Amino acid sequence: MPSICFYFQVHQPLRIKKYRFFDIGNDHEYFNDDSDTSLNNKRILERVARKSYLPANATLLHLLKTHPEFRCSFSLSGVFLEQIQKDFPEVLESFQQLVETGRVELLSETYYHSLSALYSPKEFVEQVHQHDALIKKLFGVKPKVFRNTELIYNNDIAAKVASMGFKGIITEGVDRILDWRSPNFLYRPQSVEGVKLLLKNYRLSDDIAFRFSEKTWKEHPLTAEKFVNWVNEHHGNGEVINLFMDYETFGEHQWEDTGIFQFLEALPRELLRHPDNDFVTPSEAIARYEARDVIDVPHTISWADEERDLSAWRSNAIQEEALKKVYSMEKKVLATKNRKIIRDWRRLQSSDHFYYMCTKFWSDGDVHKYFSPYESPYDAFIAFMNVLHDMEQRIEVCLAGLLQPKAMLLQETKI
Amino acid sequence: MTMPQPKILMFGWEFPPIYSGGLGIACRGLTRALTDIGADVTFVVPSHIVGAQSDWMQILRADESFFQSSIDFKVFPSLLTPYVTETSYLSQWLRSPEQRVYGQTLADEVLRYASYAGDIARHTEFDVIHAHDWLTYLAGLEAKRVSGKPLVVHVHSTEFDRTGGNGANEFVSAIERQGLQEADAVIAISEYTKNIIIQQYDINPDKIVVVHNGIEEQPHQSGGESDVLETLRQYKAQGKLLVLSLGRLTLQKGIDYFLRMAKRVSEYVPNAIFLVVGSGDMEHKLISQAAELGIADKVIFTGFFRGKQIEDAYKMADLFVVPSVSEPFGLTVLESMQHGTPVIVSKQSGVSEIAFNALKVDFWDTEEMANKAIAILKYGTLHGQLSDMSREETKHHSWERAAHKCLALFRKLTHL
Repeated sequence: MPSICFYFQVHQPLRIKKYRFFDIGNDHEYFNDDSDTSLNNKRILERVARKSYLPANATLLHLLKTHPEFRCSFSLSGVFLEQIQKDFPEVLESFQQLVETGRVELLSETYYHSLSALYSPKEFVEQVHQHDALIKKLFGVKPKVFRNTELIYNNDIAAKVASMGFKGIITEGVDRILDWRSPNFLYRPQSVEGVKLLLKNYRLSDDIAFRFSEKTWKEHPLTAEKFVNWVNEHHGNGEVINLFMDYETFGEHQWEDTGIFQFLEALPRELLRHPDNDFVTPSEAIARYEARDVIDVPHTISWADEERDLSAWRSNAIQEEALKKVYSMEKKVLATKNRKIIRDWRRLQSSDHFYYMCTKFWSDGDVHKYFSPYESPYDAFIAFMNVLHDMEQRIEVCLAGLLQPKAMLLQETKI
Repeated sequence: MTMPQPKILMFGWEFPPIYSGGLGIACRGLTRALTDIGADVTFVVPSHIVGAQSDWMQILRADESFFQSSIDFKVFPSLLTPYVTETSYLSQWLRSPEQRVYGQTLADEVLRYASYAGDIARHTEFDVIHAHDWLTYLAGLEAKRVSGKPLVVHVHSTEFDRTGGNGANEFVSAIERQGLQEADAVIAISEYTKNIIIQQYDINPDKIVVVHNGIEEQPHQSGGESDVLETLRQYKAQGKLLVLSLGRLTLQKGIDYFLRMAKRVSEYVPNAIFLVVGSGDMEHKLISQAAELGIADKVIFTGFFRGKQIEDAYKMADLFVVPSVSEPFGLTVLESMQHGTPVIVSKQSGVSEIAFNALKVDFWDTEEMANKAIAILKYGTLHGQLSDMSREETKHHSWERAAHKCLALFRKLTHL
C-alpha cells in the first residue's frame, strides 16, 4: 500500500459547425465542418491523436511490457470510438493493444458523454447499454466499473448504476463530501448495496494534469522522483491513491516539451522502488479493499472547475434552455424510429455543447479560461438552437410520413 | 499617504448637451473621473459665445458636480467645434455676427487658438498638457513650447479613419502628424486606433498607450419622455420588433450593410422594423437602396435624434446593430448595453475589443449579421441573457479605470 489507481478519460465530441438560421430546413448535417477552425472534428482528432493519444499509448504499452506490476484504466466514449473507427484505425488499434495486455481496464459510461443521468433515466440506461455493447464489440470485455460524464455523481445516480449491476463507481473526491475524510480509501454510496466508490485524489491528480508545466508553481519542475516521495508520504495513511485525469494531459494539455512523457515513463520505475507500492485497476481495488464509510452526496458533484458541481454546464439561462429543449424532444424523437434522427439527437446531448455556452468565464478578467471552438458562448447557443429547430422539422416530417404508410418510404429516403 | 496628482492643462471640448458627440461625452466622463480621483484640471475649451457668455458655462454652473469640482474652466471664444471641416467652418464664420473675433478660415482659427494657448500656459501652473484630437494639437504644442512641460495627445479619431483613407485633408493630416510626432506620449482610445496611428502615421508603438473609453454610470437623464417614445410604443403594441441603427449616414458607419442585413432578416422575421437614426450625406442613397432591396416598408429613416430621443430609441429597441466599416471606438455600443438592449457590433471597431456581451461580426458579413440578429429576435432566452449581462458589464467600463491609466502615464512623464 498504497496502490496507485490510474484512470484516464478519453473523449472527443462531435462539435456542431457554424449552423446558421438559413440552414434550417436545408442542411441536415450538423457535425461536418471542414474548415481550418476548431469546429473541424476530424482535424482536431488528427492533431490530438498525433500529439497525445498515439505517443501516450506507446509509452503505456512500453510500461506495461517493462513492468508486470503496471496497470491503469480508461473510459473511451462512444462518440470518440465512432470517430477513430471511421477515420483513425491506428488509434483504435493502439488502444486495443493496451487492453489485450489484460492489465488495462475499460470503464462504462454513456455512449454520448451526456447529462442524461440528470434528465432521462430511460435514456441514460439506453446510452450505457449502447456504450458497453460497442466496448464488447471492439475490445471483447464487459465493463464492471462505471464513471458518469465528467464524474457527475449524486446518490440517485449511484442507485441507478448499482441497479444496473456495476460493482464500482468513480467520482471526484470533493472536500465538501469527504469532510475530514481522506480520498485514499474506498467508500460506499448512501443507501446503496454492492457498490464501492473510488474518489479522485484531486491534489495529486491536478499536480500532474494542471500544475505540471506551470513555472510559477513552487514545486516546478515536477520529477517522477519528487512525485513518488509525495505518494510515499501516504504510507499507513491510505489504501489507494486515485489519479484520475483527462488523457489529453499527456501531449495536448501538457505539451511534449514540458517533459510530460518522460515523467510518465519514469513514474512506475520510481514508484516500484518502494516494495510496498503497487498499481491497481479500479476492479482490483474494489476486490482488495473494504469500503471504509458511507459517502452522502445529495447535491450533484463533478470534477469540473473549482466548484466541482454542475455549473460548467448549467449555470445560466441559455444553458438551461438548451438542455430543457433537447430533452423535451425525447418522446417524439424515439417515436420516429428513424436511426439517423435518433443518432443526431443523441449526439446533441454531449455535455460539451452546453459547456461551450458557459458564461462563468466570460468577463474581462477571466476570458482566458474560456476554452471553446466558438467565438462566444452566445455563438455556441445560436448554432445549437438552430440545429434543434432543424431537428424539429425533420421529426415532424418523419412523423407525418409515418402516419401515411404509402408516403413513409419516400420520407425515409428523403431524410 | 496619497500620491500627489499631476496638475493637468487639458485642451478639451464642450460637454453634452451642447455637444453630444463622442468627443464631448469622452471629455466629460474623463475629466469628471480625473478630478474624482484627486487630479487638478485646468480645462481650456473653445466655445461659441452668445451675448455676454456661453450657454455652456451656464449649464456647467447648473451642474452641481462640476460647479463644486476642482476644475478651472477657461473658455476660448471660438467657432471651433469637434470635427469641423474647412468648408463647414467657413459657412459658420460667414453666418456669425461676431466675425471680427474669429479667424476667417479654419487654419487661421487653429493658429489663433494656439496663440491663446501660449498665453494660458504662461499664466497657469501645470505639470502635463493633455490635448484631445487634432484641432487642439497646435494649441498643445504651443503650450509645450512655452512651458517645457510634456504633451500627451489623446487620439479619438484620425483623418485617416474619418475619410476611410480616401481624400484625406492635407492640412489636417499634417497637423495630426506633427502632433503625434512631437508629443511626449500618445493615448489611443483602442488597439484599432493605435494600429492606424502606427501604420498610417509611422509612430513608434512604444509611444502609444491604449486607454479604452468608459461610460458614465447613470445615463445623463433629461426629464420626461420624448415624442419618439410614443411612436415606438405604438409599433411595439402592434407586435413589431425594432432593430435600431444609430449614427451619421456616412460611408464609415456602414448603414448600407445594415440594410442588406435587414433584407435577410425580414425574410425570416416578417414583423421586424428597421430604424435608421441619423442624418448625413448618404441619406438619399440609402433610401434608394432600401427601395431597391424591396424593404422600403420595413425601414424608417428617422432623421437626427438627440438626447432623450436617443435614450428612448435604445429603450424601445429589441436589438442595436453597429455595422461600422471603421470605428475608432463606438460608445453607442456601451450606451445600448447600459440600457439592456443587445448589440451586434462590427469587429472593425475599438469597442469590440472590450465589449464581451455584444455579438461581433465582420462588417461585410451581412449573412452572419443577419444570422445573429434573427437569433436575438427569435430566441427569447438569448435576448434576456444578453440584456442582463450587457447591463451588468457596463458597470465595469468606468471612466475611473481610464482616468487611472491616464494618470499613471502622466506620472511617468512628469516623474511625480
